[in-house]
Amino acid sequence: MQTYTRDHLAQLIQPDRVHRDIYSDPDLFELEMKQIFGQAWLVLGHESQIPNPGDFFRTDMARQPVIVTRHVDGKVQVLLNRCQHRGSLVCHKQSGNTRQFVCPYHGWAYATDGELRAIPIIQGYGADAKEKMKTLGLSHVPRVASYRGFIFASLAPSGPPLEDFLGYMKTSFDDFVDRSPTGEIEVVGGVFKHAYNGNWKLVLENHNDTVHPAHVHLSSSDAALQIGEPSSGEEGYADIAIRQMRQNAAPVAVWEKLELKALPYGHSIMGDYHSDSRLVSGLGNPVFKEYYEALEKRVGKERTAEILAVSRFNSLVYPNCSFMSQFRQLRIVHPVSVDRTVVYSYSFRLKGAPEKMVHDTVAFANVANGTASWVLTDDLEVYERVQTGLSAQLSDWVYLGRGHGGDVLDADGTKRGATGTSEIPIRNQCAAWLDYMTAEH
Amino acid sequence: MQTHDLLPEQASHDVTLRDIEQFLYREAYLLDHNRLEEWFALFTTDATYWIPLEANQTDPLGTCSIIYDDHRLLDIRVRQASHTWAHARNPLARTCHQVTNVMLLPSEDSTPELRVCSNLVLVEYRPDRQRVFAGLCEHRLRKTDGGLKIAFKRIDLVNSEAELDGIAVLF
Repeated sequence: MQTYTRDHLAQLIQPDRVHRDIYSDPDLFELEMKQIFGQAWLVLGHESQIPNPGDFFRTDMARQPVIVTRHVDGKVQVLLNRCQHRGSLVCHKQSGNTRQFVCPYHGWAYATDGELRAIPIIQGYGADAKEKMKTLGLSHVPRVASYRGFIFASLAPSGPPLEDFLGYMKTSFDDFVDRSPTGEIEVVGGVFKHAYNGNWKLVLENHNDTVHPAHVHLSSSDAALQIGEPSSGEEGYADIAIRQMRQNAAPVAVWEKLELKALPYGHSIMGDYHSDSRLVSGLGNPVFKEYYEALEKRVGKERTAEILAVSRFNSLVYPNCSFMSQFRQLRIVHPVSVDRTVVYSYSFRLKGAPEKMVHDTVAFANVANGTASWVLTDDLEVYERVQTGLSAQLSDWVYLGRGHGGDVLDADGTKRGATGTSEIPIRNQCAAWLDYMTAEH
Repeated sequence: MQTHDLLPEQASHDVTLRDIEQFLYREAYLLDHNRLEEWFALFTTDATYWIPLEANQTDPLGTCSIIYDDHRLLDIRVRQASHTWAHARNPLARTCHQVTNVMLLPSEDSTPELRVCSNLVLVEYRPDRQRVFAGLCEHRLRKTDGGLKIAFKRIDLVNSEAELDGIAVLF
């Protein structure tokens, strides 16, 4: 494996362009798994996935299998899914409830906090086997923390506290949860797992890219515009999909006006571009009357107006998550190899909101994050074409110059693109990439 | 690829299992020859076309689906397929739909339609990748003056819960 000096890494990331190697070099990918995914806080999921003691779900961190559990004491634990004996997964099911994880190979049994409870034929390990057992629990991921019910973990024993890592991004998680009439949200509706033959950065760079819809999604917006007006839209599953596809055809002026915020650690926030009040509860459509009333009942009229006035389409938590508070979607990015990525998409219920809003969420998820969606399939196709194009060796640079030099420093210390079509979110991710990759631990 | 004129559909009221098989083969034939508008015409205007996300899924509204289309949404799919900027669909995949294990199911009292189950193996080729899908299908076929029409089609892909690359093909 090639070793990279600081200088070499620094040359790959320039103010308005980056070297194609960051997307295509397998050695750099291995380094990313150590320096970025092995260090940063990663979003693993939401506490509603494990409401009761003994509940668990599987996921991975930097390609390593982990189990997120709620132990009998109510504490969330993140354990390596690897038996201390011969290395097998101790948990094969994706999620469920259990008293203990028993290795299928030789029956070593672990509690949901990782403690090794039993080894069959233990006398074979000598007189002090019981003592040894105390050191042979499942490995704990060093740092685990939650913010507003979202579970984060870091494979690094030290680093910035979660609240510092999130900084201004906390306001987007607040926005997500504050919209609930009970102040609680929960995962519902199944998980889409879509995959593509491309680097993990491509999906994150696409999520706050406001120029691509006019080109990548033209065929779906055209087809949705061709079939005539959607119905009045009181309920209608199909209306949500049709309306959403049509919104992607918003004129350039709409995208130009959006706020694009760039935050420390590579995070960014894209303002919302929707004008269709059936899709966005903040635009006052009477279809949401029951929801407004439920929210007002808890927090009052004034605060409700404040909550609903927040207008964000997508919030991106570098390096592994992006979520849509208004549409109740959260995507977790799992790098597999330098040119293979899997994205898990979760939907959420605002507890206490009318059930038909869950139907809206599901309809939106199918169109925005569905594996066979009219929209997402074109994104995935383009990621693969980019990955293939970036193998060309005579052209080394990826140009990220839109809006470069025009970034605005706001009073709250965050940065903002000069216009809503600035490539500032991507430049910001690349700057964070360099910070992570050159950090010394 | 050579494609042929097909015999007119039978408008008989006494539909035999053989008629049903021929209907399903016809549907597969139209898909395999990318005659999507003719394929779309096989559906009633109140049709549902459903590929659930989860095994044994019963609820299409509270749980996500790989596809859950009414007539309008299916129309968008067909229109998109011929759009020059449909990146994942241009060129359309070449496909081979293999329909087997066709059986009539007991009809439900609430619907007059014929309920038919079948197995589907679909081989899909887009430049440089060939994929195989397998699914268990249920058709609900309605007898009309214009012959049998599809009022409902559900395809349960055996790998619906897997990590899947984008699906731009029709089943």
